[in-house]
Amino acid sequence: MTETYDIAVVGGGNAALCAAITAAEAGARVIILEGAPEPYRGGNSRHTRNFRCMHRGPMFPLTGSYEEEEYLHDLMLVTKGKTDEHLARLAIRTSEECLPWMQAHGVRFQPSLSGTLSLSRTNAFFLGGGKALVNAYYNTATDLGIDIRYEAQVRHVHREGQRITHLEVEIAGAPAQTINARAFVLASGGFQADLDWLARAWGPSARNFLIRGTPYNRGVVLKDMLDQGADSVGDPTQCHAVAIDGRAPQYDGGIVTRLDCVPFSVVVNRDGQRFYDEGEDTWPKRYAIWGRLVAAQPDQVGYALIDAKSIDLFMPSVFPPIVADTIPELASKLGLDPAAVKATVAQFNAACRPGTFHPTELDGLATEGLQTPKTNWARPLDTPPFYGYQLRPGVTFTYLGLKVSDRAQVHSPEGPITNLWAAGEIMAGSILGQGYLAGFGMTIGTVFGRIAGKEAAAHVA
Amino acid sequence: MSLDLAPPLTATEDARRQIEICNACRYCEGFCSVFPAMTRNKAFADGDLTHLANLCHNCRGCHYACQYTPPHEFALNIPAVLAEVRQDSWERLARPQALARMFHERGVAMAGLLVVALTLFFALIAAARPPGGEGFYAYMAHNLMIAIFIPAFVAPLALIGLSLRDYWREVGGGRIRLRHLLKAGDMAGRMRNLNGGHGDGCNFEDGDRFSQKRRIAHQLMMWGFLACFAATSSGTILHYVFGWHAPYPIWAPPKLFGVPGGIAMVAGAAGLIALKLRADPDLGARRVWGGEMAFILLLGAVAATGLALWLATGTGAVGPLLAVHLATVMTLFLLMPFSKMIHGFFRFTALLAEAGKQDTAR
Repeated sequence: MTETYDIAVVGGGNAALCAAITAAEAGARVIILEGAPEPYRGGNSRHTRNFRCMHRGPMFPLTGSYEEEEYLHDLMLVTKGKTDEHLARLAIRTSEECLPWMQAHGVRFQPSLSGTLSLSRTNAFFLGGGKALVNAYYNTATDLGIDIRYEAQVRHVHREGQRITHLEVEIAGAPAQTINARAFVLASGGFQADLDWLARAWGPSARNFLIRGTPYNRGVVLKDMLDQGADSVGDPTQCHAVAIDGRAPQYDGGIVTRLDCVPFSVVVNRDGQRFYDEGEDTWPKRYAIWGRLVAAQPDQVGYALIDAKSIDLFMPSVFPPIVADTIPELASKLGLDPAAVKATVAQFNAACRPGTFHPTELDGLATEGLQTPKTNWARPLDTPPFYGYQLRPGVTFTYLGLKVSDRAQVHSPEGPITNLWAAGEIMAGSILGQGYLAGFGMTIGTVFGRIAGKEAAAHVA
Repeated sequence: MSLDLAPPLTATEDARRQIEICNACRYCEGFCSVFPAMTRNKAFADGDLTHLANLCHNCRGCHYACQYTPPHEFALNIPAVLAEVRQDSWERLARPQALARMFHERGVAMAGLLVVALTLFFALIAAARPPGGEGFYAYMAHNLMIAIFIPAFVAPLALIGLSLRDYWREVGGGRIRLRHLLKAGDMAGRMRNLNGGHGDGCNFEDGDRFSQKRRIAHQLMMWGFLACFAATSSGTILHYVFGWHAPYPIWAPPKLFGVPGGIAMVAGAAGLIALKLRADPDLGARRVWGGEMAFILLLGAVAATGLALWLATGTGAVGPLLAVHLATVMTLFLLMPFSKMIHGFFRFTALLAEAGKQDTAR
């Protein structure tokens, strides 16, 4: 039983849904092939929270203005120039018209935010988070008559010359079947949930990484296309990792596994030694580098130690901290050598200087004479009880992806693949070659999802 | 330690576990009053959980938006666990407690009491019919009606008052100011906690789709009930202050309030029953599903028999209908401290406490 659709969309997250909805509204007959079972649908979009949006004046729910140059400047800072400026400007410029489109398709935003990050000017926060957005889009897709298949694992994208002819898909464990369509959109994410692939790229230490997002982004389709000679972008050896609570689940821990305590901590490694300036900058700015720092330590673990003075200075954590009355006791509860930790903390405490502590800004309260200084918020750990959290690298996404044109079309060295488009994380490396900008993943997904849907629909019209 | 060997968590313990995860996420903070209230704490005492539970209107918006619902290992089900804690709080703070537990869990028991009360009334009617009463009072002496209903009315209210006093202490409510009452009245009057934070309504009956149906049905019920209450009160005033006795013409306050109020209550009850049948029982307190359903039916019956009584004016049906109507009304009042009726009192008190807490936090 083979059916022919106008457009087959591979994936079921934000970008896939934007593409499918746009194509169906243009009159195309669309099928969505979501690899996850229904409760886990939506890929990493489930775990997202906001959308970074350009705007020339106040626009609900955004305040002030955030224009193209400033947005691009922010992107250049995090990527250190590793971006395709043409595509980046396209994503930024188009984000402005996406916001009303999102609202018209059921996405609801928070009027204002009482949380810790003050991003109400640059980022629009989804009411209920990314899963609420995904739900809204699935309802819209259902109302548009789009066929939705869950647990649909696309095994092979069949390419003949510069054309895709069909997909081989296993649905809910059944033997592979053929899905025919006249155009295809790939929006099936990166490969971060494939630990073997991560280990090949990063080395064996990657097996100790935790995956913050969906376990279903295993890069099957990405690999299949790369094997078939599609142009690629991004560094295959790189992934974006942050330091998260070491007790987080292997997959899908999402936002709650973050730990905001590092700037107020003394962070030691497995051997009880400090290895980096915990007070380098405010936490949102330095958060991302700690994944890499912890990944470089023995056993890929770190331990953040704080005292009673600091316990209320950061967002609540999902797991309670380990508590002890003395530093050596805390160390042994954490499985560390008490003597080594005691010595490290004593040395740190002795290097602290009097001054004014200011938790929300760079206060210049620095240690003196330490080989690894702490340049801000350096206060001695001297007030029991003492608290400890284990840190491990949590992977958010990978950078390797398909190279696309500004029409979201997938290319090969022989030229464009005439009926193949890509959107979302699978092509985000074209724009985000390094680092991360909060809410920009959803911007890329929405902008390129809609472009891919529109172009694919025009192709089959 | 194997998870299988761990003793099962109580509702309050599980609520604490879940709320701590929730509080580390905060994606839902715009949905309703529960989430901003949650962010005031990092650790949650039992009283804090009681407060959150009674603020929760079981709209279920947070559940469908949650990335941590089963099969995820965090297994969050905030609407259900808060419903359990809420239910616990009503049963724990009610007096006498034994009655409370029985009625919350057994809707059938409510119906049983209704039958007993009915029988009693029929017997009274037969025994106590006065010579020469007029209208309703041809069937039952007015003073007898008052003698029965005043205690049946006042005693439950007194019990509720005691429960609410204990509740206020448990949740750490502060001094009540007029602006808190106004805020709570506005939240309850417009049922703001069922609007989803975006005005599209709640997720109660149709998976993750939003609808205003529950909010509308609930409003019909609440305002209908208040109108009927006003009808009865105005009748009492007319009777005692102005010596104007029932039956009243259609333009008199008891009818002006009572007829639309009764119609609204019947429509509200029908709507709430239909929605409850469609809703996922796993997102509420499962063990009291029957009792809640029986309670909606009872409210519907109070209104329907009241309307029927009015329509039957002058016919022979008035006698039996009056008995049934009075029996349902009496059952409703007698059960007030022990049935779902209590939720109205607790909800309003929770909104009032929250208005005060927001004031202090500011």
